[in-house]
Amino acid sequence: MLVAFLFRRLGGAAVVFLLVSMLAFLLVWLIPGDAVAVLLDAAASPEETARLRAALGLDRSPLAQMLAWYGGLARGQLGHSLLLNRSVAEALLERLPITLSLTALALAIAVVFGTSAGVGAALAHGGWLDQLLMGVALFGLSVPDFWLGLLFIIVFALGLGWFPTGGFVPISESLAGWARSMTLPGLALGLTQMGFIARMARSSMLDVLGQDFVRTAEAKGLSRSRIILAHALPNAMVPIVTVIGIVTGALLGGSVVIEQVFSIPGVGRLIVGAILARDFPVIQGGLLFLAGVYLLVNLIVDLLYAVIDPRVRLA
Amino acid sequence: MMEPRDLASPAPWRRLLASRPFVIGGILLVVLVLAAALAPILAPHDPLRGNFRLRLAPPGPLHWLGTDHFGRDILSRLLFGARLSLAIGAATTLASGLAGTLIGASAGYFRRLDEPLMRLMDALMAFPAILLAMAVAATLGASVGNVIIALAVATTPHTSRVVRASVLVVRELEFVEAARSIGATETRILLRHVLLNCLGPLIVRLTYVFAIAVLAEAALSYIGVGPPPPAPSFGNIIAGGRDFLVTAPWITIAPGCAIIAIVLALNLLGDGLRDVLDPRLRP
Repeated sequence: MLVAFLFRRLGGAAVVFLLVSMLAFLLVWLIPGDAVAVLLDAAASPEETARLRAALGLDRSPLAQMLAWYGGLARGQLGHSLLLNRSVAEALLERLPITLSLTALALAIAVVFGTSAGVGAALAHGGWLDQLLMGVALFGLSVPDFWLGLLFIIVFALGLGWFPTGGFVPISESLAGWARSMTLPGLALGLTQMGFIARMARSSMLDVLGQDFVRTAEAKGLSRSRIILAHALPNAMVPIVTVIGIVTGALLGGSVVIEQVFSIPGVGRLIVGAILARDFPVIQGGLLFLAGVYLLVNLIVDLLYAVIDPRVRLA
Repeated sequence: MMEPRDLASPAPWRRLLASRPFVIGGILLVVLVLAAALAPILAPHDPLRGNFRLRLAPPGPLHWLGTDHFGRDILSRLLFGARLSLAIGAATTLASGLAGTLIGASAGYFRRLDEPLMRLMDALMAFPAILLAMAVAATLGASVGNVIIALAVATTPHTSRVVRASVLVVRELEFVEAARSIGATETRILLRHVLLNCLGPLIVRLTYVFAIAVLAEAALSYIGVGPPPPAPSFGNIIAGGRDFLVTAPWITIAPGCAIIAIVLALNLLGDGLRDVLDPRLRP
C-alpha cells in the first residue's frame, strides 16, 4: 500500500515538475518586444546584439530552444549566466546550502514556537492567554518579514550590538559565528510563519481535545498532563506536519528578500541580483531550483504523513 | 428559488456585525482607506518635492514623521503610499478573483478540464509566490500595471483551488439537480446556482489575497521591481531609508507600521468573514 502510494505521488510530482520547467522556460517569452533590444541599450553594436541573441538562444527556432533547455536539464545543466560567466547550476548549487540552512532554521523557529503558542492557546481556550497568544499570532502574520529584519538590525545589531548587521559565517568555519549571523534573519523569517502555525496548531488541538478518545482517557482517570502529552499532542501534530510543505514554500520565497536585507550570499541574493540585471538564465534556473526544492519537500512531507497516518494511503 | 446560504438574506450580515474581528478590522480599514483617498487634502507636504535644508529631519512639529534624505515629508509620502498600495491590492484582488473563478469553476464543473488546469495551477504554486511575482514583474518591466499582473499570477492558483473545492461540493447539492430538472441551462446553473453559492469561501480568500498583495507589493518595490521611484510606495520608502538606519531610522520604521495597520485590518476582516461565511474552516 505504501509503495503504491509512493509511486502515485512520485508520478504526480514528476508531471508537475515538467510543467514547472516549461513555465520557467517560457519566462523569457514574457519579455515585451524584442528581448535583446530590451536587454541592451541603444548604443550596443551589432556584434554585441548578435552575441547576446546567441547566448539567450534566441537565434534558434522556439522548438530548438526548448530542446536545448530540456537537453541541458537532462544533463543537469541550466545554461550559462550572462553576467557571472559561469554555469548557472554550479552557481546555484554552491549557494544552496546557505539558503537551506537559513530556511531550516526559520522553519524550526516557526514550528517550535508556533506549535507551543498554538497548543498553549488551545489549553487556555477562551482565557486571556488564548487571546494574547492569538493576538500575537495575527500580528505576526501581518508584519512584512523584510521590514522586521530591518527593525532587528536597527535594534539588536546597530543599537545593542548583540549581532552583526549582516553577512554570513559558514557553519564549518565557526558554529557560534554561524548562529550569530543567522539569528536575526532566521527570527525575522520565521516569525510570520510562526503566526500561521500557531493558529493552525490551536484549532487542531481544540479539535483533538473534543474527541471521544480524549474523553475516554479522562474517564480512565489519566492525569491531565499525560492526556495532553501522550494522547492529544501526537494527534494534533498531524495537520501541522502537513502544512510544513506549504510553510517551506513561503520560507523559500521569504528568504529571497531576507538574504537581500542581511547580505547573505545565498540563492535568493543570486536571483535578486539576476532579476535586477535581467540575467535570464540565472532567473530561470533559480525559479526551477527553488520550485524543485519545494516539490521535493512536499513529497517528503506527503510520505511522512502517510507513515504517521495510515488512513492517507487509502485515499 | 431558495438557496442554502443566501448572501442576500439578512442573517449573515447580522452575524458579521456581531463578530468582533470583522467590526474592528472593518473600522480600521475604513479609516485607512479614507486617509488614503483623502491623501491630497490630508498630506501636509508634496510627497515628491524635497526640501534640501531639511534633509533627514527627525519627527517634529513641522514634519510629524520626519523627512528622508531628499528632505521629503515621510507622512505625506506614507499617505500617498497607502493610496498606491491599496490601489494595487484592490486591482490584484479583482484580477485574482476573476481569473481564479474562471479557472476554478471550469476545473470544478467540467470534468475534462479539471486535471490539466489543476496540474498547471500546482506548477505555478510550486514557485515561491513572492519569487514568481518578482520574476514576472522584472521580466515585464517595472510599472504599476505589471506589478498587478505579477501579483495576480502569483495569487490566482490558490484562489482557483478555493473556487474549485467549493464548486465540487455545491454541484452535487440537491438544488442544482432541481434546477436541472426544471430545464435550466448548464451556463445558468453554473452562474446562478453553483457560483453564487461558492461566494463565501471566495470572499474570504480574496480578503487574504488583498493582504498578501499589500505585503508582496512592499517587498517587490523594496527589491526594486515595483513601481519605480520616486513613486511613494511603502517598499520604495523603506528602501530609501536603508543607508540611514542609524541616523534616520524613522524613514524605515514608519512605513512598516503603515503596512502592518493595513494588513492587520484585512486579516481581521478575513477572520471575521471566515467565521461567518466559511463554516468548514471555523477555528
